[in-house]
Amino acid sequence: MTLMELSAFEIAQRVRQGDLSAAEVLDAALARIAAVDGRPGTLDAGELTEEDKQKVHAFITLTADRAREQAEAVDAKVKAGEPVGPLAGVPLTVKDIFTVKDTPSTAASKILANFSAPYTASAVERLEAAGAITLGKVNLDEFTYGSSSESSAFQPSPRNPWDPSRVPGGSSGGSTASVAAGEAPLSLGTDTAGSIRQPAAFCGVVGLKPTYGRVSRYGLIAFGSSLDCPGPVSRDVRDAALMLSVMAGADKRDSTAATVAVPDYLASLEQGVNGLRIGLSPDYMQITFPDLETGELVRQALPEEIRAATFHAAEVLAKQGAEIVEDVPMPNTSYGIPAYFVISRVEAASNLHRYDGVKYGYRTTSEYHELRELYRKSRAEGFGLQPKLRILMGMYVSAAQYSEQYYARALKVRSMIRSDFENVFNVDGAYKLDALLTPTTPTTAFKMADVYGDSVLMQYADQLTVPANHAGIPGISVPGGIAADGLPIGIQLLAPDFMEETLFQVGHAYEQATADEAWRKIKPMVLR
Amino acid sequence: MIDKMHTISMLLDGLMTDKITPELFEHLVELGAFEFNPEEADYLRRELNKQLKVVHQLEAVPVGEDVPLASHGVPYTADIRPGLREDVWDPCENPAEILAQAPQVEDGYIIVPDIPHTKLD
Repeated sequence: MTLMELSAFEIAQRVRQGDLSAAEVLDAALARIAAVDGRPGTLDAGELTEEDKQKVHAFITLTADRAREQAEAVDAKVKAGEPVGPLAGVPLTVKDIFTVKDTPSTAASKILANFSAPYTASAVERLEAAGAITLGKVNLDEFTYGSSSESSAFQPSPRNPWDPSRVPGGSSGGSTASVAAGEAPLSLGTDTAGSIRQPAAFCGVVGLKPTYGRVSRYGLIAFGSSLDCPGPVSRDVRDAALMLSVMAGADKRDSTAATVAVPDYLASLEQGVNGLRIGLSPDYMQITFPDLETGELVRQALPEEIRAATFHAAEVLAKQGAEIVEDVPMPNTSYGIPAYFVISRVEAASNLHRYDGVKYGYRTTSEYHELRELYRKSRAEGFGLQPKLRILMGMYVSAAQYSEQYYARALKVRSMIRSDFENVFNVDGAYKLDALLTPTTPTTAFKMADVYGDSVLMQYADQLTVPANHAGIPGISVPGGIAADGLPIGIQLLAPDFMEETLFQVGHAYEQATADEAWRKIKPMVLR
Repeated sequence: MIDKMHTISMLLDGLMTDKITPELFEHLVELGAFEFNPEEADYLRRELNKQLKVVHQLEAVPVGEDVPLASHGVPYTADIRPGLREDVWDPCENPAEILAQAPQVEDGYIIVPDIPHTKLD
């Protein structure tokens, strides 16, 4: 087994024991990046070469010198017999939507390409304080606006390590691609509609969206402030639990970070699923589109192999002692995307007005005579099409004359989506579920350029993940098989507020019970 | 599945009258402080209208009168909400570092071009 196949848990254990140095681990990570990543994303990439098309391109900025200093500091502490944290020596990649002091923090946008953050995000600060070694910043959809990572202003955008002609998903595509390609065992991503879970499913890794408020958003460049959740990407459930245990908890710099005690997630990992009630819902086995002729909704069943992977997981868990509850009604699931088109755009428009070419970030290089012209030119040149689309839509649906029709209604529908979950998780209700088991995505990873540009179609990649963002509840995607096209399938578990430990418990039990299944032996194409 | 979704998405292009007319679009562009070439404007207006057609699904949702607006999913009850912070001055440790990000600074002030204004008598 090579160093980069070790889990974060194993690396930290060996570094703490002095069996392995953080510097050795860093060398292995940098060697892997050199072998598989190709050139980093830049604003002036030019045409892609055939070689580019075989590489992963997870990174925007590799901060190898900074990582070296961190690794040496960890090794010095170990040598001196001083205590080191639970992530000692573990390589970490950070989605370039988090600020890290004195490093470029770009949001994958030209408008922030020259922005060097004057402070570090709380989640990153906590991970580094626990001994994690930050390798650098990884690529994403511009300002996280997408589900394929192709909208990044920094090209080449990330490609799927299982098949580089496919997207890694998004928006945390650089995070999941870097973990799937073994460049780092951990990555920090964000999930606003599925942006951790969907690319985790596409790249065959574990991705957790914690409960809203479980992890501080301080230092996260905002998209949808009521929806954004920082969360871990890893190769196994135990590493996700370990990473969350370090990041989670109240933060005086974020008033929405909840003051809920952080449990020992690793301690509950081995408790098994005996007696847990796990639901399956027919509403998550289909995708729903508006019908064109009649205005009715078209319902189409998900591909057979994606449904089969989910049912297989239910069988595996049932054999471990879980009680599977079928036909759980989640009637408002299909409203997740339309409501999201309104709520997320209003919040995005509000958050993106701050970029104006005055205080920081890009200022137009063309001529201007007055302030409004400076704004217009800086924003027109600095933002890509997807942020512009979101700003325009957000302004339209929140305008005084339309807000009751669109925004207020979407917020009410959001209540209804939330009540679906409250109903099935209610301990005094008819279902009394501990978790809901669903597919993560309606398809496996699609081909590069196949969907990009069609903002409606792209959004539907999140239909099965976005309800959890509306509701605020936690969700995890874990690898659940390999489809006939050779691409990973993800299965999703959803739990009540602040019950991440249930997700870890169930996810870990499923991993253990399927450890010997043949599909787990298959490696991503870039590692074969 | 993707093919089927593509077909539906393309059909959406032609469905219903555009809510966002070229005139309304121009108004939004002004409010958003943007400027676009015709090709960008065409793409953006088309996508906006497509998205609105999806949003119109919400009109058919049977929303009860007593359904509350949810500005966020998790209820922020007092027991999980941090209290208001103390109202004390907490100065930035290094304002020069913040100002260094501004494209144009003079004597500690951020410089902007003329702001259009009218002189009152």
